[in-house]
Amino acid sequence: MTTPQPVNAPSLWARFATSLEDQRVLGYVLMAPALLLIVIFIAYPFVLGVWMSLTDKIVGTPGTYIGLGNYERLFASDIFLTAAWNTVFFTTVATVFKAVLGMWLAVLLNRRFRFANITRASVLLPFIVPTVLSTLAWLWMFDATFSVFNWTLRWMWQMEISILGLVLKENWGFFRGPLWLGDPDLAMASVILVNVWRGLPFFAISFLAGLQTIPPDLYDAADIDGASGWKKFWHVTLPLIKPVAIVVIVFSIVVTFADFQLVYILTRGGPNNETHLLATLAYQLGMGSGNIGQGAAVALFMLPILAVVIIFQLWYLRREGVR
Amino acid sequence: MNAMVGETYVRRLVIFYIPLFMFVFVMLFPFAWMLITSIKPDAELYNPRISPFIVREPTLEHWESLFGTTLFIRWAINTLWVAIASTAVSLFAGVLAGYALSRLVFRGSTLFGIMIFVTYLVPPTLLFIPLTGVVTWMGLQDTTWSLIFTYPTFLVPFCTWLLMGYFQTIPKELEECARIDGATRLQAMSRIVIPLAVPGILSAGIFAFTLSWNEFLYALVFIHSPENKTIPVGVTSELIKGDVFFWGALMAGALFGSVPVAVVYSFFVEHYVSGMTGAVKG
Repeated sequence: MTTPQPVNAPSLWARFATSLEDQRVLGYVLMAPALLLIVIFIAYPFVLGVWMSLTDKIVGTPGTYIGLGNYERLFASDIFLTAAWNTVFFTTVATVFKAVLGMWLAVLLNRRFRFANITRASVLLPFIVPTVLSTLAWLWMFDATFSVFNWTLRWMWQMEISILGLVLKENWGFFRGPLWLGDPDLAMASVILVNVWRGLPFFAISFLAGLQTIPPDLYDAADIDGASGWKKFWHVTLPLIKPVAIVVIVFSIVVTFADFQLVYILTRGGPNNETHLLATLAYQLGMGSGNIGQGAAVALFMLPILAVVIIFQLWYLRREGVR
Repeated sequence: MNAMVGETYVRRLVIFYIPLFMFVFVMLFPFAWMLITSIKPDAELYNPRISPFIVREPTLEHWESLFGTTLFIRWAINTLWVAIASTAVSLFAGVLAGYALSRLVFRGSTLFGIMIFVTYLVPPTLLFIPLTGVVTWMGLQDTTWSLIFTYPTFLVPFCTWLLMGYFQTIPKELEECARIDGATRLQAMSRIVIPLAVPGILSAGIFAFTLSWNEFLYALVFIHSPENKTIPVGVTSELIKGDVFFWGALMAGALFGSVPVAVVYSFFVEHYVSGMTGAVKG
């Protein structure tokens, strides 16, 4: 044993060293750092958050207990109901697009082609780069006056006019293109677009990892049976990739549901508080207006959905594990 | 793969090359746009009549103003320090916990495993308001320490989860042999299992590093002084003054804030991908 032996208390050290041979003791010792971090920075804040949501705490005051007052007020607030609906809508639509497009991209990447490795690596870039920074680039691309999309739309429109031989050629200023972030529906669509852009690589690369575990002879067998490419996808690929897909989708639902950065950068919840998600509304109430009790209550509304998702995931993993 | 043999060139173009090119183009366009914007003079940036795709007189003025007149270098140092320190803390806690949960039999280990999994799925947005209280109470507000201690809340569960899976792939017999030769449990862990788990630890570390480099919400909420900010928060809060956007400098900041993670990633693509997919599959 190489443990340094203090001169004064050899027996104590020796006893500690021997007790580490007992896995019941060693287990707790090794778990201690992780548990300490989790208790101080997750479990305790969680209890504190539940308590805060039951008080009328405003920044700088201790706050008094008001029962479910915050929750009652939230249910009476249109902004909150909009944010709750937005969160569900945003998560559902974005996840569907990410799953479908991610599967398509994975199937493409799974083929053999030149530069396959560098293509796979570069496609993952949107996922690894700081989200707020890439979202700033999108904010610039959605700019009301200088949007590159609108410039392109205008250019195509002008081309069309000149092809049709109309005289409007120089006067293209009056077609401005959509205000991407100025209209509630369009703003939500833009936020979803950026979320899909950012999350799609994660789906594609995870699905690709799943595709690569499918034995090639299954496809050979399907070929012999004369199955078309589409049929092979439905009857061979999809069933075999389902376990990976479910875990990836569930994981993505959790992250998307709790998203904060996209809305914070792109719209700040606007126009007119119509694009808030639960996380950004919690931030606006808790940090912006200093209304900590209400902010904490809004954030806790994420919990029921997350709990359902987590329980489903645990159940699913366990069932898969038993098999 | 065999399907390709009988494919005509046109068919391949339509079902493979064109869609793939579109995907790659869309995925990479925003980065190209950051670069183009950052080297364009203001006179071209804010002229809606000329094509935004062409840079007529490239300039480095935005890069110079980013590095010369803002605290960007300071933010980069802060971000690097926070990312390295919180990754180290998380790997330390994660390796020990992952080893205990995958190898040792002790009362409550199943419960701890579930607890780690549940915390893995708790998003930062759920807890940031009370966590601000905890950080203030510990006197850590407005310091990088507040981030070094709170980032492990999402990194430790992830590292533990990933490493549990990795440790399980290392044969138990190796450890048992070492113990028969007189090694203690701790020695068997530190000299046999951990060295064999280096690829897994590297994967967890790379992934944890990029996660902390990219973190936004905690850094936004806990840090107020410009000189203590990280890149994501510094760029979004200090380079935007009210309604005035300095797009050239902003895009230069976005570009240079992304390059370090992209470089780390390009060196460790395989590890990153196995960390990412491993973390999901468990």
